[in-house]
Amino acid sequence: MSGQLTLPEKPKSKFSLYKRIVIFIIIALIYIWTFTSLEIRWDTIFSESTLDNMDRIIPKFFQPAVEETGNILEMMFETLFIAYTGSLAAAIIAVPLAFLCASNMVSNKFLNNIGMWILGGVRAFPEIVLAIIFVAAVGPNPFAGVLAIAIGSTGMLGKLYSEVIESIDMNIIEALEASGANKLQILFYGIFPQVLPEFLSYAIYRFEIDVRASSVLGIVGAGGIGTLITFAYMNRNWEEVGMILLVIIITVTIIDQISGFIRKRLV
Amino acid sequence: MSKESSFVPKGLYPFKTKLIITLALIVVIGFYLLSSIKTESFIFHFFVKLPNVFGLISDFFPPDWSYINQVWPKLFETLHIAIIATTIAVIISIPFSLLTASNVTTNTWIYQAMRLFLNIIRTIPDIILAVVFVGLFGIGAFSGIIALIIFAVGILVKLMSEVIETIDMNQIEAIRASGGNGLQTISFAIVPQVLPQFISFSLYVFEINIRASLVLGLVGAGGIGQLLNTQINFMNYPAVSTIIIIVFAVVIVIDIISGKLREGLV
Repeated sequence: MSGQLTLPEKPKSKFSLYKRIVIFIIIALIYIWTFTSLEIRWDTIFSESTLDNMDRIIPKFFQPAVEETGNILEMMFETLFIAYTGSLAAAIIAVPLAFLCASNMVSNKFLNNIGMWILGGVRAFPEIVLAIIFVAAVGPNPFAGVLAIAIGSTGMLGKLYSEVIESIDMNIIEALEASGANKLQILFYGIFPQVLPEFLSYAIYRFEIDVRASSVLGIVGAGGIGTLITFAYMNRNWEEVGMILLVIIITVTIIDQISGFIRKRLV
Repeated sequence: MSKESSFVPKGLYPFKTKLIITLALIVVIGFYLLSSIKTESFIFHFFVKLPNVFGLISDFFPPDWSYINQVWPKLFETLHIAIIATTIAVIISIPFSLLTASNVTTNTWIYQAMRLFLNIIRTIPDIILAVVFVGLFGIGAFSGIIALIIFAVGILVKLMSEVIETIDMNQIEAIRASGGNGLQTISFAIVPQVLPQFISFSLYVFEINIRASLVLGLVGAGGIGQLLNTQINFMNYPAVSTIIIIVFAVVIVIDIISGKLREGLV
């Protein structure tokens, strides 16, 4: 009891001083490289013309072109159809790939890795790059968009599905095997009941993402509301861009709410 | 007894469940037929168009490696856009996420208003943000940076505010009870609890930003997308495949680095 109060020592970081200095230098170098080599023409950005643009463009967003609503809604429905067809196809294609990746279903490590590489490779492509490839392949129509969405979604869904499959209760399968069920019966009575709710939940979640993704695919010619964006933007028709934006915001919000509700009921 | 031993249950599921599942399946398939006819993407279209796809793939090969020297500067510009946008977005999203966390912001009005605002921001696709800013600021990297900042803030604030909402409030109470002031409460009770996740989410958003900034150039917002757009318009497919292969490699390398860093953090 010295009567003198001292502060406790600060908790020690898990990194040593040496490591910290190295990390700090690496980060500093990245930033120096970034700021020295990026060319931004400040003189044109902070100029009269930018202020003019703001005066001209921003008010137009708040007086959207209501008379175009019919046309825009039609394209929005096409967008929804593209997203729906694409994500349904992906939800089905992803199932066999997920089984291939799941280490408790296919015990061959080599095959697991091949599955992982396929899914990882597909995930690395942004949807719009896939759309560019498919527009070149099948022409500028909604079908290209469907293919881009289907392939793009398979990567993510396959990975999520395989994680679901790996976390199932194997005792049930053992019990079925012990009572003499064949492979098909194990699949239908042992595996599917355990994984289907989560599969569906993920598929619906992916549909939400796909609605957003497919609304911009039209910029590269793959159908949907993006086509209208390109035209409106090229013609500097900002009232129409405002209206399209409004329709997208409302549609995406509604879809998110519905899908959130269904997913809550499922799991 | 013999009758009971040969008893086979009619099915595992009750009649009502079966009815609901059947109805749901009919709706799903019906909507699929409708949408596949509307988008001309019925399964058999796929087989009709398949030769085209393979024909095109042979156009893409072999990639034009001499084009690679023109790719590097634009690729670096893309990386710079992503780095700057992520950094600024992280800084902006810290106060915003405190305002959107219900346990820090006890005023319901501010909390609900912030949530609504961010929900609206998140529904706008990144490319449309880029279109708008290219209209405002002209073609170039600056428009891309601004678009990505807004896009990233929308995602980051949602993730971060959820983390802040789940922290252990007892630690805050303990520090307050032992006489810590506001700043000490934040630095000893809140920051240690949320910092690993904050950094992890920042890296995750950086990954997303890299992907987004690769395509922003399609609408003139700087980066490699601009090259991609030009070469596609010229139908110079070997150059396109060079760009795509490089994009693919960069995304994978950055995902792996950031994945390893995040594994070490959380």
